[in-house]
Amino acid sequence: MILRLIERTGVFLVSLVVSSVLVFAFMAVLPGDPARVALGVNASDEAVAELRRQFGLDRSLPTQYFDWLGGLLRGDLGTSYVSKAAIGPQVFDRLQVTLWLVVAGMIIALVVAAPAGTVMAARHRKISGLALSAFSQVGVAVPAFLAGILLIVVFAVRLGWLPANGWTPPAQDPAMFLKQLILPALSLGLVQGAVLTRYVRSAVLEVLREDYLRTARAKGLRPFQALWRHGLRNAAVPVVTVLGLQLATLLIGAVVVERVFVIPGLGSLLLDGVSNRDLLLVQDVVMVLVIAVLLVNFVVDLLYVALDPRLRTAS
Amino acid sequence: MKPSFSTRAVAFLASAALLAVTACSAGSGTSSGSSPGADQKLSIGLVAEPASLDFTTTDGAAIPQALLGNVYETLVKQDDSGKIVPSLAKSWTVSPDRKTYTFDLVDNAKFTNDKQFTANDAVFSINRVKTAWTTSLKAAMDVVSQAKALSPTQLQVTLTKPSNDWLFRMTTRIGAMFSESGVSALATAPVGSGPFKFSKWNRGDSIVMVRNDNYWGSKPFFQQITLKYFKDATALNNALLTGTINVVGTVQAPEALSQFTSNDKYQVIEGTTNGEVLLSFNNSLPLFKDVRTRQGIRMAIDHKALLDTCWAGRGKLIGSMVPPTDPWYEDLTGVAPYDLAKAKSLLQASGAAGKTLRLRLPTLPYATSCGQVVKSQLEQAGLKVAIDQLEFPAAWLTTVFKNADYDMSIIAHVEPRDLGAVFNPKYYTRYDDPTLQGYLAAADSGDEAAQVDNLKKAARRLSEQAAGDWLFLLPNLMVADKSVKGLPTNAITENFDLSKLAR
Repeated sequence: MILRLIERTGVFLVSLVVSSVLVFAFMAVLPGDPARVALGVNASDEAVAELRRQFGLDRSLPTQYFDWLGGLLRGDLGTSYVSKAAIGPQVFDRLQVTLWLVVAGMIIALVVAAPAGTVMAARHRKISGLALSAFSQVGVAVPAFLAGILLIVVFAVRLGWLPANGWTPPAQDPAMFLKQLILPALSLGLVQGAVLTRYVRSAVLEVLREDYLRTARAKGLRPFQALWRHGLRNAAVPVVTVLGLQLATLLIGAVVVERVFVIPGLGSLLLDGVSNRDLLLVQDVVMVLVIAVLLVNFVVDLLYVALDPRLRTAS
Repeated sequence: MKPSFSTRAVAFLASAALLAVTACSAGSGTSSGSSPGADQKLSIGLVAEPASLDFTTTDGAAIPQALLGNVYETLVKQDDSGKIVPSLAKSWTVSPDRKTYTFDLVDNAKFTNDKQFTANDAVFSINRVKTAWTTSLKAAMDVVSQAKALSPTQLQVTLTKPSNDWLFRMTTRIGAMFSESGVSALATAPVGSGPFKFSKWNRGDSIVMVRNDNYWGSKPFFQQITLKYFKDATALNNALLTGTINVVGTVQAPEALSQFTSNDKYQVIEGTTNGEVLLSFNNSLPLFKDVRTRQGIRMAIDHKALLDTCWAGRGKLIGSMVPPTDPWYEDLTGVAPYDLAKAKSLLQASGAAGKTLRLRLPTLPYATSCGQVVKSQLEQAGLKVAIDQLEFPAAWLTTVFKNADYDMSIIAHVEPRDLGAVFNPKYYTRYDDPTLQGYLAAADSGDEAAQVDNLKKAARRLSEQAAGDWLFLLPNLMVADKSVKGLPTNAITENFDLSKLAR
């Protein structure tokens, strides 16, 4: 058990270091000069060179990398090339916005997937089960941004029930916050829900074939009662694992959905950063996303060991 | 068997979700105050968010669009018809040798840090352009040899040589007046003397300005104006359709205008801008050194058809580098009219026919859509065109703009009075023409009549020499709630004047 914990932690740390090198390297080879973008079309070469010096872009790549890494370890994300503002607080503010989206999307995904998947499994040979199954296939195929556009067209533009886009912090106006959260959360959640439904379905189907369920039925329990008391708990184990992995997908999906709904989250910060060649900011945001994904995977790894006794004994 | 776990449960969940949606939307809609002006608010949707609030060190049109004229003021400004009129300077005189300008300044203007605006601030601001600014626009101040405060309300500026352009540039951002004690945090906390105060910047979303109740001039109608930024044209339109904003400041997708023109709730404003959409040639390449190639390309393009196809017919055909609001504008669309047969023979004669030209486009809506039309029209005239898209701004700036690694490109030049800046051997057009430079020099140093006369000659020269092809002039297209008044017809200055807006 301890050994496995050390092993997983080791893998996590190595992944972090490798990904930091990769992120830095990608930024270094990105075409376009941040100083020229900041100074604009008429800038002289001298002015651009001077700004490159101010940005520290004239230093060697390893020096730049280790400076950045050192800052990250100290919790100092540096100062934006373009806005001259500290990056840390910006990333923190934007992360809060994105987390609202991710959490709301996850809740919707669960609310959709748990019942729908179970029904699909329980009725997998009946019309209703098959219809749901087909419906979820469509959901899997639709990207979140397309779902977002469709939701906007129907609920905001045609029906006028909800705002088409925008963001209000919950502390400022809770009612507006909720109204603006619904559509983006739905477009993330419904699509993720469709994916998750497939996993719930196969997990429940698996469980339905188990001997202990037949025994439960033989004792006189109705099918649903048997599933509820004995089946779902067992089916939950693989689903929880998938849920963790999906959290990462959701985080990345939020980046795109933010664009469609004009939400100032981490995704918009990232895209603006790329277009302004605010490389340090891009590096930081990508790194934060990478850390979040690795962290989720790490926790899922640990949870998996904790949940499944067989894995514990194996180590 | 009891159907406790059935499709009904799912149906219930779905309808519950929809109910939640409707419940939350109850009571939406815009609120409007009853006492006009006192607490009225307005929201304007724009496309490019500033990267910083400091236009002294960061280039880009978004910063002056938001701040100039609203937060910062200049000594002189341009009115809607393009004329230079007083602002912080009540009046000015020019010496007979045209090298000394004396400005009489208003005596009641105050910065938002409570400091009085005086001639010393003007001297400070003019000198600061030379010392602290880093953007290339600062070069327009090189011609100033000295700025002197004769009294708190009188400023004297001496130039090294006569320059009409200098006074004009003073209407742009380099003429912005700063308070000596208000420049410590330009990127985040601008201090000016204008009708609005900068209030808040929600990065990635909006900039909020509030009325400056101590403003020395006539006070604006709106108490608060929010500039909201959208990356996506559809999102911007949707925001107006659903009442999140009241004005679409620049329409990015003219083909989508019909949803507003057919609706009584909205007004559509159409005027001109300074944005000449230029099909640029790399004039340093041997092929483009031959005037017949350039003229052949110009005559191969059916500009009317192009405008209809790629910008929904909105915009104006100009034929040279001058918008109709400049005093030296002439309609030069007849210099190289569409003539496919003549185009073919010109291209044949110059040896360009059959050659492949690289059309390197920035990823901007008008460039992408017009690029396809240009390609198909040029191919009818016997050229081969290879389009490749470069991410704007970063990749395009490096490849086309800095390294001039291109044959043709399409970009809108939106700076005012930029004829001389664009057609210049050092610029990416690599256009070297001593005759043109002669006209430009004479225009800058002469009196008003000589300026107009020489710039007319310069524009005609460019058109006849086909230094580039002017596809069209970008229109100023705005859509707004019908109740909003005071929106400018033409967008010919760097700033979006918020002080004239009312309801």
